[in-house]
Amino acid sequence: MAERERRHARPRGVIFVPRSQLLTEDEVERALRRMAHEVVERNDDPRTLVVIGLQTGGVPIAERLRDILADITGVDIEFGLLDVAFYRDDVSLHPVLESAETSISSDLTDRTVILVDDVLYTGRTIRAALNALSDWGRPRFVQLAVLVDRGHRELPIRPDFVGKNLPTSHDEAIDAGVDGVWIGTLVAK
Amino acid sequence: MDWNVGGEVIDSIAGRNLITLRDVSQQAIVEILDTAEAFAEVNARAIKKVPTLKGRVVASLFFEESTRTRLSFETAAKRLSADVLSLAVASSSVKKGESLRDTIATIEALGIDAVVMRHSASGAPEQVSRFVPHVRVINAGDGQHQHPTQGLLDVFTIRQVLAARHGTTGRESGCELFAGLKVLIVGDLRHSRVARSDVMAYTTLGATVRVCAPGTLLPVDVSQWPVEVVENFDDALGWADVVGVLRLQKERGTGSLVPSLGEFTRTHGLTWERARRLSPSTLITHPGPMNRGVEIDSRVADLDVALMERQVANGVPIRMSVLYLSLAGRAPERSTDE
Repeated sequence: MAERERRHARPRGVIFVPRSQLLTEDEVERALRRMAHEVVERNDDPRTLVVIGLQTGGVPIAERLRDILADITGVDIEFGLLDVAFYRDDVSLHPVLESAETSISSDLTDRTVILVDDVLYTGRTIRAALNALSDWGRPRFVQLAVLVDRGHRELPIRPDFVGKNLPTSHDEAIDAGVDGVWIGTLVAK
Repeated sequence: MDWNVGGEVIDSIAGRNLITLRDVSQQAIVEILDTAEAFAEVNARAIKKVPTLKGRVVASLFFEESTRTRLSFETAAKRLSADVLSLAVASSSVKKGESLRDTIATIEALGIDAVVMRHSASGAPEQVSRFVPHVRVINAGDGQHQHPTQGLLDVFTIRQVLAARHGTTGRESGCELFAGLKVLIVGDLRHSRVARSDVMAYTTLGATVRVCAPGTLLPVDVSQWPVEVVENFDDALGWADVVGVLRLQKERGTGSLVPSLGEFTRTHGLTWERARRLSPSTLITHPGPMNRGVEIDSRVADLDVALMERQVANGVPIRMSVLYLSLAGRAPERSTDE
């Protein structure tokens, strides 16, 4: 749900109209496998890892990444869900956001958190997520994995693991999931 | 009561006041309950605070005594990181005869975003909302009119318990568990704003409601409520899936309307003997504070199916949800001048 248009518009009000497909399902799977290998390469002990998916777009991607990580390392990787609606800096400027489930079962102190989202755009969702994480303790590291980095950062935030860099313009929209990545526009219903 | 008065029905309280449940649609209630589930999760964390309403000011104005509602609202506002101004009416200029309008004008001049208000006069929050159109007004109980957050936390509590019994979650179940649910509300209906909000919340979600009270404690307009009036409490015991017991409001002159407290207990109290004739799965609610031994037997109040503690605990997430939705959404009146 990093994608600004989808986050900020009421889901009932806006629909995504795809223009062209940028990644196929196979290409997404390959990108996620490469990212998983990069995560393992960077972090010595997979037992300290906690994969946390950002609601809602980041969740299926995080689940897939966790499965691949478990496959590669043979370790059962801990998993969590995080919704940042209550931590945003713009709740007053936009209609109320749908709240999704947050579920983080353990104290994150001294763990390595792999924060996963579908699209990295302004960085404001990640800023909110970093604030939220501190309510569960003090992680040793927080690393950011995104399927698509579309640029246009408004905050000093950078990803650690990227599936695909896609330069875009502000009026375009990206829809990224485990089944593929599309570029298109958002139109009012 | 104003059941059939044609008013605008709203599908979300985002950016709106919450004064009555009359004009709140099923969709809007489900949105409040679902958002409350998210806040219940926040309340289960080690750090039970989110920065959502940082920088917002919520004034709590209780012109009538309250323990749980006031504490619950103030806890809710603080867990959302709002600043809370609390007006202690007993030590304020209200005691010097200041009018409601002037008190509110003072409060508004301090730059507050929302007023949580309880007043002994029905309609006072509605009136205040007209004085200060840019301030969100949340009704925390007005006279014999409405107590919307109590109605909401009652249906939230019932949904939680029923969802757990059906192996689902409140959020997944939406309002389907209320279809055909049989709710019996008993006691001092005449003075009860809780009953009025409960009836609206339950019926809007699809439940069937029956009410039972001594003739003197029935509201004069009960024929216009979307409920069936039951003459005999004992006859309705086997019917109910939920029994909502109301507090006998001695402070509102109920004493002169019943022959004696003992008489009331004999005819309309949820005694141990009556509780044994309920189905074992029947749930019992009471808005508190309880008159143990009057409208509810002390042993009944301590049964597992009696949800009072849960109701109090759920007050915080429900009120967080109402404050969040009301304040976080864009206020319609403000959108033009921003």
